[in-house]
Amino acid sequence: MAKQSYQPVLLANVGKPESHTLRAYEAGGGYRGLRQVLREKSPQDVVALVKASLLRGRGGAGFPTGLKWSFLPEDHPGPIYLCVNADESEPGTFVNRVQMEHDPHQVLEGIIISAYATRASTAYIYLRYEYPLCLRRMQTAIDEAREKGYLGKNILGSGWSLEVYIHRGAGAYVCGEETGLIESIEGKRAWPRIKPPFPAVEGLFRKPTVVNNVETLACVKHIVDRGLEWFKSIGVPPAPDNPRDPGSYGPKLFGISGHVNRPGCYERPLGISARELIEQCGGGVRQGRKLKAVVPGGLSTGVMTADEIDTPMDFSGPLKVGCLGLGTGCLIVLDETYSMVDFLYNSCRFFAHESCGQCTPCREGTHWSVAMLERIRAGRGRLKDLELLLEIGDTIGIIPGTTICGLADGAAWPIKTAIRKFRGEFEDYIKRTNPGGYQTVHPVAWFEGNGSAGAGSAAVKH
Amino acid sequence: MSETTAAKRSDRPPAAERVLGDALRRRIEQFYPRYPTRRAVVLPALHAINEELGYVPLAAVAELAEMLGLTPAQVQDTLSFYGFFRQDRPVGRLRIMVCRSISCSACGGEELLDHLCRRLGIRPGETTPDGRFTVEFAECLGLCDRAPALLAGEEVHGPLNREMLDQLIDRWMQTLPAEPAGRTKAAVSPDTKSTAAAGDTK
Repeated sequence: MAKQSYQPVLLANVGKPESHTLRAYEAGGGYRGLRQVLREKSPQDVVALVKASLLRGRGGAGFPTGLKWSFLPEDHPGPIYLCVNADESEPGTFVNRVQMEHDPHQVLEGIIISAYATRASTAYIYLRYEYPLCLRRMQTAIDEAREKGYLGKNILGSGWSLEVYIHRGAGAYVCGEETGLIESIEGKRAWPRIKPPFPAVEGLFRKPTVVNNVETLACVKHIVDRGLEWFKSIGVPPAPDNPRDPGSYGPKLFGISGHVNRPGCYERPLGISARELIEQCGGGVRQGRKLKAVVPGGLSTGVMTADEIDTPMDFSGPLKVGCLGLGTGCLIVLDETYSMVDFLYNSCRFFAHESCGQCTPCREGTHWSVAMLERIRAGRGRLKDLELLLEIGDTIGIIPGTTICGLADGAAWPIKTAIRKFRGEFEDYIKRTNPGGYQTVHPVAWFEGNGSAGAGSAAVKH
Repeated sequence: MSETTAAKRSDRPPAAERVLGDALRRRIEQFYPRYPTRRAVVLPALHAINEELGYVPLAAVAELAEMLGLTPAQVQDTLSFYGFFRQDRPVGRLRIMVCRSISCSACGGEELLDHLCRRLGIRPGETTPDGRFTVEFAECLGLCDRAPALLAGEEVHGPLNREMLDQLIDRWMQTLPAEPAGRTKAAVSPDTKSTAAAGDTK
């Protein structure tokens, strides 16, 4: 019950009348933090503060934000760019949309403070095309802030200037990858770059660049406002046995969708269990049905079984049950009526559609995985197909070291987790839909033995 | 040889016949100060052209390239990467995107897409012959809390069932009366702005 009394901070303004206007935002104490920062703190102070807070990026990878900022060269003549990743395209993820629609000034204040800390002179908000209301609200917020002197030349008399522009995407998932996003702003196809050099050294227009997620920047605003102690009083401290673990501090926005009674965006401390989120926030599985699987943080992270939902939703929790990580923290809940074959088909179809085509393992792997699942769904599946799918899942991505960006890892994890955790269901499906041929394990057997009758000859007829 | 070149030169349309009109050119030029390179203007410019014309024909690609000091291939390269821009003909006056990704699909999104296509007599990606509707599938629209959802112009609808979709279609049919083909302006549905703003809080 204590968890239910959690007072939201990031979502504090959501639901209030006119929450998207400057008037309402200032009435709630908005832009006070920015004034204070410009008056009292140097950019280095803000970087040190964010570094000490151990804030980790909310976009999916969970990289420590302060550390990312500290990679910027110290004496660079500029310009330095800040890119705001508002290309939220991960299936199941919609929390940045809620932030930008209902509290655009909170996001903007976070952007301005972060730009000050990183000494950026221009910030580009890379906003996905599919968010027209966010576009209007953010643009209005920028115009209002400029009029009040929070943006533009000589901000609040500090001598520091910043321009913020919105750059609209055009429906490509890979633009959410930070170097793909940079390429897209530069007016090219959004092909992720080989790293190093990392964007902090050579990014947008070959200048030092920081790319941060919307929610991360909103957290920066609150760290500045409320201080280190507040931020570190929420969440999970670093694991004592792992010196490299920066912990999971702070509030997090969790999106819950799929087969729950109350889908929506909820703010809770990092470390809350998936069960608590589903039952307390999401109102439980719809129509009292049984839970089958939960995607912990956007489709890329793979699936957890119903037995694994006591996993804490912090940056290391989902890793312990074989998922890719916390991801975006947006849960997709699937009940007992939904087929995992359909789930995996949907997942593979998405990643095949969104693969940018630059790296062969991803381009081919994602397309062949769809082809195999189409075959399985058409009643021509073989048990061998599951091994082939797993072979794709185990070999594409940054982690096996075969691709430039993490899109392929995102494609691989649903394959690996769905088949390994729900293997029985896949096998049943194949046996049920293809009773005669499911045992055929040598589809190309006719290459051997000149087509004479043999172990594989039955397969040829299929 | 010289004859054909001369013929080509005289074929080049005078300013009045250009695809990109003066107002649109000025709109594109307003993006210049935002970026240190002209090439970065490509995507915002393509959006501007697309809003104005409903599509980005090859002639517009060539004219944009000329404006920005790029080759047409550079512009086309960027354009073709994004599935968003049409090149053969304008999209319908109402562009409807139905989400087919996991949260929506698990809640019946693909059945909605199927039903919408049947009602309008087209397949995903096509435009009705009267130029009123274009239906597309979309990968995650970020409306998972409203699954199954669709985006029609700038209007968000969801969660939907078949009956609600039928009512929507009926409303669109009434608010978007058939017009003769050959319109130049691609508009979003006429009542989008007010409803989207009023209906965004669920």
